[in-house]
Amino acid sequence: MKTSTSASAFAIDVRGVTKKFGHRTVVNDLCMQVRPGEIYGFLGPNGSGKTTFLRMLCGLLQPDAGEGSCLGLDFRRESAEIKKRVGYMTQKFSFYEDLTIEENLDFIARLYGMARRKAAVEKSLARLGMLERRTQLAGTLSGGWKQRLALAACLIHEPQLLLLDEPTAGVDPKARRDFWEEIHQLAAAGLTFLITTHYMDEASRCHRLAYIAYGHLLARGTVAEVVQAGGLTTWEVAGENLAALAGKLRRLSGVEQVVAFGTALHVSGRDAEKLRAAITPFLASGQRWTQIESGLEDVFISLMETTPDNFS
Amino acid sequence: MNRPAFSFQRFFAIVLKEFIQMRRDRVTFAMMIGIPMVQLILFGYAINSNPKHLPTAVYAADNSPFSRTIVWALRNSSYFDLTREAHSAAEIKTLLAEGKVQFAVTVPVDFSRQLLRGEKPDLLLEADATDPSAVGFAQAAVSQLATTVINRDLTGPLARLRASAPPFNLLTHQHYNPESISQYNIVPGLIGVMLTMTMIIITGLAITRERERGTMENLLSTPVHPGEVIVGKIVPYILVGYVQMTLVLLAAKFLFNVPFIGSVPLLVGLTFLFIVANLAVGITFSTLAKNQLQAVQMAFFFFLPSLLLSGYMFPFRGMPGWAQAIGECLPLTHFLRIVRGILLKGNGLGECAPDLWPIALFVAVMLAIAVKRYRQTLD
Repeated sequence: MKTSTSASAFAIDVRGVTKKFGHRTVVNDLCMQVRPGEIYGFLGPNGSGKTTFLRMLCGLLQPDAGEGSCLGLDFRRESAEIKKRVGYMTQKFSFYEDLTIEENLDFIARLYGMARRKAAVEKSLARLGMLERRTQLAGTLSGGWKQRLALAACLIHEPQLLLLDEPTAGVDPKARRDFWEEIHQLAAAGLTFLITTHYMDEASRCHRLAYIAYGHLLARGTVAEVVQAGGLTTWEVAGENLAALAGKLRRLSGVEQVVAFGTALHVSGRDAEKLRAAITPFLASGQRWTQIESGLEDVFISLMETTPDNFS
Repeated sequence: MNRPAFSFQRFFAIVLKEFIQMRRDRVTFAMMIGIPMVQLILFGYAINSNPKHLPTAVYAADNSPFSRTIVWALRNSSYFDLTREAHSAAEIKTLLAEGKVQFAVTVPVDFSRQLLRGEKPDLLLEADATDPSAVGFAQAAVSQLATTVINRDLTGPLARLRASAPPFNLLTHQHYNPESISQYNIVPGLIGVMLTMTMIIITGLAITRERERGTMENLLSTPVHPGEVIVGKIVPYILVGYVQMTLVLLAAKFLFNVPFIGSVPLLVGLTFLFIVANLAVGITFSTLAKNQLQAVQMAFFFFLPSLLLSGYMFPFRGMPGWAQAIGECLPLTHFLRIVRGILLKGNGLGECAPDLWPIALFVAVMLAIAVKRYRQTLD
């Protein structure tokens, strides 16, 4: 539909993106390539620069360095054009609580100068299933519905790329599942997504992932690639007295992390041999030991703990 | 009922928390200290309901020892400062209309000749009585003066003129508000006070609210320009300002019978500049304030001197020089002169001009600050 005869086959293709606030480097030399129609998960601890990166992509912030394209447009110089084709959903609900659902949608549609505004609002209300609740004030909606309204408002101008900043924070599991269902449908129709999240189940529903901590990109690829790149060996221990065992295990060299998962412990380390040597004395102590595949969460915790926090 | 006992420890925890929060909120803390200080200084030093040293023009058509004595006595009363020397009756009229002087004394051509003949000549004292409280004391002082001042010059053969009755008539003319009705002064001024209050608070809130609720971020991610946001947020309140003004004007006309001598369309037109000035202050505050409470506090901090130093509540000329200097910087001061000038004196655009450019300058300075601050807060 557009003259996207760009050299890049990617929806997002940026290199060397850097942003400083004062002397703090919040995003450092970040590269990202997202294919059209892809759901790209963007993970990292709080304050790692995810939101700042999204804000730079949609022109809310000026990067200090970096180049590349977003939807085939120069992301530093053509942010006005990019804004028209991108939907950005902020972390906090940022529509007007004292306007009704319909008024909010109509307002956004006007800001984008849509030619068939009324029809777009109707379509959006219908898709939300909110036709009969259109006169309800947005402030009276529950968390899940607010999030659906926010998504609908981001979609109203038919963007090609959606940037969602922790869209499911504080939303119940059922609503979250429905939300992801909708995202997969939209992606199948060609829409590209860049989604930040802290939930591992959501991360594993993304086509590809990037993990960023303290401004640095630490891992990227599919879930399997990220797990493999983490190079982590993990043992699961089940049985009695796990808390005491965890304390002992943590002191051993070769054991890099011990995490409690309900009635089991995950014991991980990057050097498989060293880890095995360290745990051998405990294998016969009454608990059940099994070597398992490392999960995303194990990998991320490991990545986070081995990266120095350059802010403190 | 088993009511839990009052725990000193829990109570103290809350007291401590309040103090910590108070200290963190710098603006609130500054206001808590600043507002009482400002009030103290303004009420203690600036406000004077018995204004002296009022600027006075003299038109001495008869330049004789007697008229010089009278002029000297006026100055000595400390109520009159002879700031202008006029050369015609028309000049006196202009000086009063433009508010350059509060009083004008005219010594008629034949004053000394008639005085010596015992014909009781008239001495004309004209006052700008738009603000009755500014001229009351001075007028009382001058009538005291008239009986005694000239006696000293009436020596030798002229001593016969030292009668118990004064040797001349003091005619006082109170222009613009001859009956000293204070509503004539207060009610038109209220337009300015109301506009200052609402315009600053509402715009201050309107923009900080967007930021506080996070909706600003959403707005800026759409193709909308910051300029469109600001202008779009302001225009509705300009209309609100005009509704307020209409209400006050209607009340002035029909409830308080304030005379409308000048052109109401001119007033409506000039009010636009004043509204813009206040909106500029509101926007500047909203770029400085972190939340809505701070915006309200800043608005109050601006409103207080506006109310007290503009000449709305207390005579402007009663204030010391430094307070008048601050007052001259405030748009309300100039707007009050414009409103009172148009409604009570029938002033036209020409007479209003000296009060228009200071407001325009104020707008330019405020907008410059606002634009500079707005850029910073975006990034």
